[in-house]
Amino acid sequence: MILMMLKTIGGFWDPLILVLAAIVVAIIAYIIRAAGRRNHKTGEQAKPFFSGVAEPSKEAMHVRASNLYWGFTEALKGYYTSMKKMHSGMLNDYIGWFVGIAALIFVVLFVMEVL
Amino acid sequence: MNIMDHLPALVIAIPLLTAFLTPLIDRVSRKARNAVVFIALALTFILAILLVQDVFDNGIQIYVMGASSTTQTIPTQAAVPIRIVLEIDGLSAFMVLISVLISLLGLIYSFSDIKERGGRFYTLFLLMLVGMLGMELTGDLFNLFVFLEVTSIAAAALIAYEFRRGSTSEAALKYIIISSIGALFVLFSIGLLYGEYDLLNMAAIAQAMQSTHIDKIALVLLFSAFALKAGAAPMHMWLPDAYGEAPGAISMVLIPTTAASMYALFRVCFTIYNESLHAIIPAVIIIFGLLSIFIGVTMALVQDDIKRLISFAAVAEVGYILLAMGVGLYGFLNSEEYTVTALRGGMFHLFNDVLDIGLLFLVAGGVIYATGERSLNKLGGLAHSMKYTSVLFLVGLAAAAGLPPMNGFASKIIIYESVYKVSPILSIIAILASIMMLAVFIKIFQAVFTGPKLTECREVPKPMLASMIALAALIIFFGLFPDMVIEHLVDPAVNALMNYGAYIQAVMGVGT
Repeated sequence: MILMMLKTIGGFWDPLILVLAAIVVAIIAYIIRAAGRRNHKTGEQAKPFFSGVAEPSKEAMHVRASNLYWGFTEALKGYYTSMKKMHSGMLNDYIGWFVGIAALIFVVLFVMEVL
Repeated sequence: MNIMDHLPALVIAIPLLTAFLTPLIDRVSRKARNAVVFIALALTFILAILLVQDVFDNGIQIYVMGASSTTQTIPTQAAVPIRIVLEIDGLSAFMVLISVLISLLGLIYSFSDIKERGGRFYTLFLLMLVGMLGMELTGDLFNLFVFLEVTSIAAAALIAYEFRRGSTSEAALKYIIISSIGALFVLFSIGLLYGEYDLLNMAAIAQAMQSTHIDKIALVLLFSAFALKAGAAPMHMWLPDAYGEAPGAISMVLIPTTAASMYALFRVCFTIYNESLHAIIPAVIIIFGLLSIFIGVTMALVQDDIKRLISFAAVAEVGYILLAMGVGLYGFLNSEEYTVTALRGGMFHLFNDVLDIGLLFLVAGGVIYATGERSLNKLGGLAHSMKYTSVLFLVGLAAAAGLPPMNGFASKIIIYESVYKVSPILSIIAILASIMMLAVFIKIFQAVFTGPKLTECREVPKPMLASMIALAALIIFFGLFPDMVIEHLVDPAVNALMNYGAYIQAVMGVGT
């Protein structure tokens, strides 16, 4: 049953169908989980094994924001260096970009007029 | 006196009068001040809804200041409109609703967030709203400039509100200087158009437009100034500074101010210049859109400050709107069949952007309020103490990243499909950036809310939670019933953009 359908160029989008599907999936997941072993232990058995090395504290293991996506930013180092130059925090640079872009639009527009 | 006849004036007048009344009431009682500001804004919201309903039911509304009749646009002794004219079509009504709704929610949030110098804060807050509403309701270019200035001055003072942190004053200084230079461009272009046509009324200028070289110079000045104020890359650098340093509620209310600048940009392109607009302009808007998306999302990924990160995400969201509107404008000038869909996607995303990024700013403000910390590297495990805020952040995250079934997905899918018609590359870039946006917000969620409890804090006060919950509810509602929102709010705005003739006719064809 299509209740609230949003027509798009390629077809339609009905969020209520998605919500319905999510509910069905959640029920199936719950049934599968409920069928699992009941004698599962949460103590020693659930601890991670680091080849006998003691587990560091949770606080020490928390991955900080600056460590996330390290590889991505390292791979794009050149791009980020130029971006940092662009975002210098200097008001002169900000105004320079604004006036420069306005001038560029002027030039392109009037060159196109001439051509 | 029928109140319905004066709705456009009242929507501006009530917050304006309350703004100047607030410091006086503040001297008597803080509670009374809060109550008066809330009642005034709630009343403005009701009047805005009535105005929107009136526009959607009866078409464009005209309100002439100082005339014997509020609909007499052209005085008896004149051939052109010379008085201050407020002109409200579907687009203006759409924008007014956004501005008042977000301001009302921001106000409720600020009752807990703002503890010092409240009298001044609410005066500036209401003046900023007045500026936005004036920009969106006026039918006159010079008044657009005046209200742009009112918005900028009030916003700059609010950005510097927490002035004990030196960085806020620096951000405000940058904002006011950048805004003033932009406003100077606008004023110069108004001077050029006035010198050429002896007109200030937008409908009258649109009717007289001859697309001369002077007009083109004025177009570039207006276009670049409003693109700057809208936060379009590569002129966006002021935006993370301003949004990042303002108090939480103000960061959210600054989004409709940039949206008001976008409104002015669209009004210039679609209504004033309409079919005589130079063909290069849609291409420039598309380029601005792509740059904003790419730079916004990649720069957000490397931010350490929670509010600066969300600010860069806001730049990317502006990019999606510009991309769709640029494609829509290209279609409008070339009578393409995807025009309406692109414009619909852009306008719907504008509303969604205000809600989604607004919610994320409120959550960030809540985190700073509760912990006193802005650095993502120093936060962690807040979900243990701030359960509601964590869930609300997840809602904002899913919506801003465009995950189904949230509102962001509904508008982005329309944008992807319409943009695909012009070039599949544009769609691919937009989709990839959306995936990166998800990665950006997962970074915040992982760093701030999950993991062991690193920071001792308590849940934010109820007024802050209430405004966040209201925003989240709107996001979910818009996500589940996008067709309803598009039919009743977005499509009238899109029709107003397309039907510039009706805008001109409403002023030039009424009253003699």
